[in-house]
Order: sequence, then C-alpha cells, then structure tokens
Amino acid sequence: MTPEEQIAELLRALPATPKGWVEAATKLPAARRELATLVERIEQDERLRERAIADLETLLRAEGVEPTPSVVAHLRRRLVE
Amino acid sequence: MPRSTTASDSELVARCRAGDEQAWAALVDRYARYVHAIVTRVYRLPPMDAEDAFQEVFTRVFERLDSLRDDDAFRPWIAQMTRRCSVDALRRSGREVIVAEPPEGVDEGLARLDEAMSVRTALDGLSPECSEILDRFFCRDESYRTIGVELDLPAGTIASRIARCLGHLRSSFGEGRKPVGSTSSGKVGDRR
Repeated sequence: MTPEEQIAELLRALPATPKGWVEAATKLPAARRELATLVERIEQDERLRERAIADLETLLRAEGVEPTPSVVAHLRRRLVE
Repeated sequence: MPRSTTASDSELVARCRAGDEQAWAALVDRYARYVHAIVTRVYRLPPMDAEDAFQEVFTRVFERLDSLRDDDAFRPWIAQMTRRCSVDALRRSGREVIVAEPPEGVDEGLARLDEAMSVRTALDGLSPECSEILDRFFCRDESYRTIGVELDLPAGTIASRIARCLGHLRSSFGEGRKPVGSTSSGKVGDRR
C-alpha cells in the first residue's frame, strides 16, 4: 500500500458524524441554561414539582425539552440536590 | 464543511471553562468524528445506543471539564470517557458478558483513530478546496458526480484533484511518519 493509500484509509477511519448528533452536542450549554431555569421554576412552584416527580419525561416534553437519557439523569440529580 | 479553528485543545478547553460557547462548538466539531468512530467502529454499538453514548460523552465532558488536570491531555481524557460510556451502553443493552474484558482490538482501534486524528489535523491545514474535496470523497463517501455538482467542478477533473490533494496531505502529514497498518485499498479511482 502506498503512503497516499494509507492516508486515504486513515481519512476513511473518521467518517462524518450525523449532523443531528453534532448539533445536539453543540447546543449543550444553551440546553443546560434552559434546564437550570426549569429547575428554578420547579423549586419555586409546588405543583410543578409534583408534576416533575410524577412524570418528568412528560413535563419535559410539555416544556419543549427532549427528554433524552442524559437530560433526564441531569435533571433528576439537580432535583434531589 | 465548517472550517476548524487552529486553536489548540488546551486553548479551547480554557475558553470553554470561561463559558465561551463558540469554543465549545469548535471542541465538539473537532472531536465529534473521533467519539463517533469509537462508539460505532471500535465498540460497534447499534445506532440508537451509539447516539446515546455519543451525547453522554459530550455531556460528561461539558460537566466535568473542571476536573481535567492537564488541558493538553484532552484527547486521551475524552477517549477514556468514550470507552466508559460505550461499556455502560453495552451493559445497559444486556451484553455485559461481552465486555467483562475489554473487547478484542480496542487498543489497536484507538491507536488507529489517534493516527487518523493526526491526519485530520493535517487535513484542516490544507487549502479549503483540498480539505473539502478529500473530506467529501473519503469521509462522506460522495461520488465524483455528487462532488462535481456540489462544488461546480467538471466530473472528469475530480479524480486528478483528489490525487493532487492527497499528495499535498501526504506532504503535510509528514513523509517521515508511518501510518499504522491497514488492510484495504485506498485507491481513489474506484467510485463513480
């Protein structure tokens, strides 16, 4: 195999990542800010807190947040702190 | 293709800690392919698990950036984080028996991806035209026809441009460096 062929193989070893994956990871700081605001509201609003405890995923969807496993885990940690 | 920043990992990490969202976007852009390749090619996670592991890696990186002791060691740190998230994903999917010991070839796979990241860095240093045409052909698996249409180039010139840019990349990567071994052909003339 020529050096060019070896380099071509190494380029192929890192194919493009699905666009949506990269976008979601890029938006993490903004998403975290959004969640921090939601946590504050939950802490101040007893009814919202009850909804969060009863069904966090549904509450997140209602707030326009996709309840991915990492988002749910993060929020649960914040809520028990 | 978004042009990567020339800032070092440690510079980007420092800016991320200071809340610079553009630095975070650049860090994600730089390491997305690396993390993606580890979860899909080294650990061979199925698509849904791979996406969850990928997001978990960047979530942990974002949350634990303050715990990184040596900012110059970001790459091994994120590699380690990706290994842990991949193993967690395998456990969740009930295949923990497979990962009681590290899957065969993980270390070799990671070493190969490290070498690939170095080539990627050299690629980012080429002209935007060369970088884009090589990325489209080798990384996005686009045909000569698609590349010709997208870049408004005569299809008959694509192969020669790829060969020329590959030569530039080889020079930039360094003739003295010997890439880790691989098995299949890297010829450019096998796709139309």
